[in-house]
Amino acid sequence: MTADYIAQQIVNGLILGSMYALVAIGFSMIYGIVRLINFAHGDIVMIGAFVTLGLLQSLGAPLPVVAVGVLLSGAGMGIAVERAAFRPMRGAPQVTGFIASLAVSIMLQNLGILTLTAQPRNFAFPDYLQALIHVGAVGFRVIDVVIMLSAVLLMGLLLLLVHRTRLGMAMRATAENLDVARLMGIPINRTIRAAFAVGSGLAAIAGLMWGGKFGQIDPLLGYVPGLKSFVAAVIGGGGSIPGAILGGYVLGLAEVLFVGLLPPIYSAFRDAFVFAALILILLALPNGILGKAAEDRA
Amino acid sequence: MLKVADVHVYRGRTHVLKGVSLEVGRGDIVALIGANGAGKTTLLRTLSGLLRPRRGAIRFQPRADGPEADLTRLAAEDIVGLGISHCPEGRGVFARLSVRENLLIGAYRRRDRGGIEEDYRRVRAIFPILEERAGQAAGSLSGGEQEMLAIGRALMSRPALLILDEPSLGLGPMVVARLFDVLAEINRQGVTLLLVEQNAVAALNLARRGYVLETGRMVLSGPSRQLLEDPNVQRAYLGGAA
Amino acid sequence: MNLRRPRWIWLALALGGVAAVGLAQAAWDDYLLSIVNFVGIYAILAVSLNLTNGFAGLFSLGHPGFMAIGGYVTAILTLPASRKAMFLALPGWLAGIELPFLPALLAGGAAATLTAFLLGLSVLRLSGHYLAVATMGFLIIVQVLIENWESVTRGPLGLNGLAALTDLWWVYGGLLAAVYVSWKVKFSSFGRSMLAMREDSLAAQCLGVNLFRTRVAALAIGAFFAGVAGGLWAHLVTAITPGTFSLIMAFNIVVMVVVGGTGSITGAVVAAVVFSAATEIFRPLEESFEAYGIAEILMALVLLVILIYRPSGLFGSREPAFLTAGPTHEPGNHPATAKGGQR
Repeated sequence: MTADYIAQQIVNGLILGSMYALVAIGFSMIYGIVRLINFAHGDIVMIGAFVTLGLLQSLGAPLPVVAVGVLLSGAGMGIAVERAAFRPMRGAPQVTGFIASLAVSIMLQNLGILTLTAQPRNFAFPDYLQALIHVGAVGFRVIDVVIMLSAVLLMGLLLLLVHRTRLGMAMRATAENLDVARLMGIPINRTIRAAFAVGSGLAAIAGLMWGGKFGQIDPLLGYVPGLKSFVAAVIGGGGSIPGAILGGYVLGLAEVLFVGLLPPIYSAFRDAFVFAALILILLALPNGILGKAAEDRA
Repeated sequence: MLKVADVHVYRGRTHVLKGVSLEVGRGDIVALIGANGAGKTTLLRTLSGLLRPRRGAIRFQPRADGPEADLTRLAAEDIVGLGISHCPEGRGVFARLSVRENLLIGAYRRRDRGGIEEDYRRVRAIFPILEERAGQAAGSLSGGEQEMLAIGRALMSRPALLILDEPSLGLGPMVVARLFDVLAEINRQGVTLLLVEQNAVAALNLARRGYVLETGRMVLSGPSRQLLEDPNVQRAYLGGAA
Repeated sequence: MNLRRPRWIWLALALGGVAAVGLAQAAWDDYLLSIVNFVGIYAILAVSLNLTNGFAGLFSLGHPGFMAIGGYVTAILTLPASRKAMFLALPGWLAGIELPFLPALLAGGAAATLTAFLLGLSVLRLSGHYLAVATMGFLIIVQVLIENWESVTRGPLGLNGLAALTDLWWVYGGLLAAVYVSWKVKFSSFGRSMLAMREDSLAAQCLGVNLFRTRVAALAIGAFFAGVAGGLWAHLVTAITPGTFSLIMAFNIVVMVVVGGTGSITGAVVAAVVFSAATEIFRPLEESFEAYGIAEILMALVLLVILIYRPSGLFGSREPAFLTAGPTHEPGNHPATAKGGQR
């Protein structure tokens, strides 16, 4: 258990955390504005990964173009999900919305299996991205750096959007009090759609990163990031974007350190650990670390 | 300017408004008083498009020389666009947004930068405390300050008609007096007011005409002076002889 | 609770049922029997989930977890000592036990109930979708434990070669018991307090309903039958593997309860029969067209449609009129707990 080893684990945790954070942000945006858990959010990650595969393989497009394509497809998917499952559920009890999004998630997964088969596919980003770099004794690949930097860049852009633009202000107002937002003349349908679009776009990009990092994708891959983004969002405080970012990194680090620092037999219990932690947090800190209060709308 | 005719509103299966009619003239101040649960807030929310009446008509004519619109067919956001601004019950300020952002959000429908700037200055002149607290989160303001913020925010859309739902709720008498002075001034500057209040005295003193709503029905209406002197009103809402 | 029909009708129905089961068990082929058995087990699951979710309004996705616990406990108890030694590394007192079906099933149910108590004490202070996620977390924890506690469960391989003890008698007897208990609960004052809690927990508290205890009880009773269903499943398939007890299964049972009508026992049974029969029919179709996943997609679609257009489900909270007496016995209609009212 050397300092180098720990440093390596921390770096790995940060890389994983960047991806979790991106997904968690989208999840929190949606939760903040419609107060419903979007179970299908994880499957948008899966869609992003497959769109990446498709664009790379069939069009051979350069990476930036692929990224834009992924963003747009994710946004589009998010808007579709909103229209199909969330808009009709507005005003219904929480749990109804949850089941509805669970249903959408299962539909997406099975559509994926139907059209793409459950076989995992291999992913290969261009070679220069796979090159290894060493800083001291800590090693990582170029792609890891790209992932982290782009994640941070996207998060920064998102915060700018939310805090410095008119649309962002409308989103924040709608998230806080939907009825009063309507009294301000804010077009809430459009605002909610925008939140879904942005959040889902980010999730799709996370899918691109996921595929690049792990090299293998299948239609069920959304399950894990979906659940974990939920955990991350709850850790940071449901509905809070900075909370989601914090939660994502905390979760990424915790997961990697859990596996890296404990004896190997415990590694398989990693997911159980994550959920036990979730339950504890829900009980002890229902508003997460950043303690964003008010579950109920005014 | 505003004509409400025989409106019936249901909340779930409950018949909350049973054939309510009222009129607000251009430039007028109209008070609507009544006990808790009478349906006052329901009526205001229906005017703003948050609720839809099952029967009845609501017509609004923002400009004397302009067309009349049927509010029951419009989306809430478009009703704001027509010129009705609603200061909701309990202030409804966006606690996590700054004072400045709250005010700017009031002008969300407007695109005229210059006009918005001008109104922002004007609102801060009417309520200097908002200038002081411009960068603070709205949730950190006191009740009276939040009410001022809510009214200021409502003014930012340059409304023709300003609807206020219990502005005096939870505020001390001196603050209420100041508030109502401000409302009178706003009216003098050309904004029509429809005021819902439990504080019947203050409301009827400010207003020129009044209505009394009781369990979903309009039971009395007339010049406010008349209502203030009506023994029934006195007994029910004004605590005995005025 | 008065049943409108005279007593002898129920006796005749009971005899008819017994005769039908006896005939079917003797005459039908194995394939058909297994389908009917699966349908019955799903019905038990739906009825038990209806108790937790439907009556008490708690949204639990953890039911397959209880199934798994019940199933594994039953399987371990019925396995002959020799097979146990082959697969597992159990402590001495457990390694030697070999029980007949009924006590093993009951033990499985009891284990599930105990777990439900423990789980309930931890998470039942949550509500709404947070509770749903916590129960999902429970399910995942159970899955991980089963997959990794190889000395007790044999991990991902699971236990096979279980005796094929399940037959129509057990399944439909179990279903009858589940329906009976649910019915009794629903139409008791305890059941009324559950429904009151579901409608408006604040009002229920004001009426003196002890929310927490009621919720724990709702979870525990539901868990018992889920555990029994797990034991029945294991001895129908003659094997038990962790993959069965998945989120998809939880979802499927939820679909049955929601579509049938949260709170309606009849609805749960009807929906369970329809959905599980349909799934079994779809399975060979899926295989022949290599179109896996269609049945799930359709189920999810039906759920969405019902949620949008008829969220109270096919039967709502009611049982069909010909089975119950007049309105005074209909829970959920108590004036003190009816929804609506002044603003």
